Amino acid sequence: MSSQEQQSPTRLAPAFWRGYRDCSPFILVVAPFGLLFGAVATDAGLDLLETMTMTIFVIAGAAQFTALALLQDHAPTLIVIAAALTVNLRMAMYSAALVPHIGSASLLKRAFASYFVVDQVFAVSVKAFDFGDDFSVAQKIAFIVGAGSAIFPFWIGGTLVGAFVGNAIPPQFSLDFAVPICFISITAPMMRSLPHLAAAIVSIAAALALAWLPYYLWLLVAALLAMVAGAQTESWLRRRRA
Amino acid sequence: MIDKIQLWAVIIALGLGTYLIRFSFIGIVGGRPLPDWLLRHLRYVAVAVMPGLVAPLVVWPAANGGETDPARVVAALVAFGIGIGFNSVLGAVFGGMAGLYLMQFLIG
Repeated sequence: MSSQEQQSPTRLAPAFWRGYRDCSPFILVVAPFGLLFGAVATDAGLDLLETMTMTIFVIAGAAQFTALALLQDHAPTLIVIAAALTVNLRMAMYSAALVPHIGSASLLKRAFASYFVVDQVFAVSVKAFDFGDDFSVAQKIAFIVGAGSAIFPFWIGGTLVGAFVGNAIPPQFSLDFAVPICFISITAPMMRSLPHLAAAIVSIAAALALAWLPYYLWLLVAALLAMVAGAQTESWLRRRRA
Repeated sequence: MIDKIQLWAVIIALGLGTYLIRFSFIGIVGGRPLPDWLLRHLRYVAVAVMPGLVAPLVVWPAANGGETDPARVVAALVAFGIGIGFNSVLGAVFGGMAGLYLMQFLIG
């Protein structure tokens, strides 16, 4: 493929497949995680329709596990919903961060792309948009949809298999560790920039210090502090250069 | 047993609510320009969320009963080193998992 073709804003297929390829390492994460959710949901008494509707409709592992655990504890419905949605609040930050990239697309396209904005898709999208090649708005949408298309079938398929056969992966494989490994691998190259490194260090320190907060509130606070750290470092660097 | 009506209420509310969270800023702000100070903060969302998301998984892994496991800490550092040094996601993933298996084999 010539570079001219790649840069043409009307070529959507290459952007879709680039997103697909960039996100495909995360198959290693979502397949076992889906398997686990299918097994846990079935053990909790959910039938196949309930388990699959939840996994396809919600597409957010940590929130699904939170909701399931609270339902089993017979928590009030509103508490279950509020707690699980709190777990997902970090995605509002993803949504905001994507505004400069895809905000000018049509409402229908934005509504469609929003469904795909999960942790893994967001991470590879930011890496490609901020640290990689130039994409047009339409290509960015195609990239996001492509990235989601790489992992969603494995999340949904993993859940389906887990519902039938249970959690079939022996713990000796330590696949639980694929989650941190994949996110570390995606974000590590961003640390070549000082403001990004500062944000990451604050994020880690605050997350560990606030780990006692429930429902991922520790992550929200840590992320807000880390964003301030990144922005402040950037301003400081600019002032020093001026 | 989980009450079926409560379960379906949670599935529907959680599905709609999660989608609306994802759609929120993309949908409402749309193509309107954002102020510089906000853009400066939004540039760091990924590195503000992801490291914090995984830090407890590395330091207090549930698979090890929440106790720090040296093999996992070393494996995380290997993945980070390969990622920042070679800018290779796949290399870092396989290097990190290989490091984990090797450390588990050595430590026993």
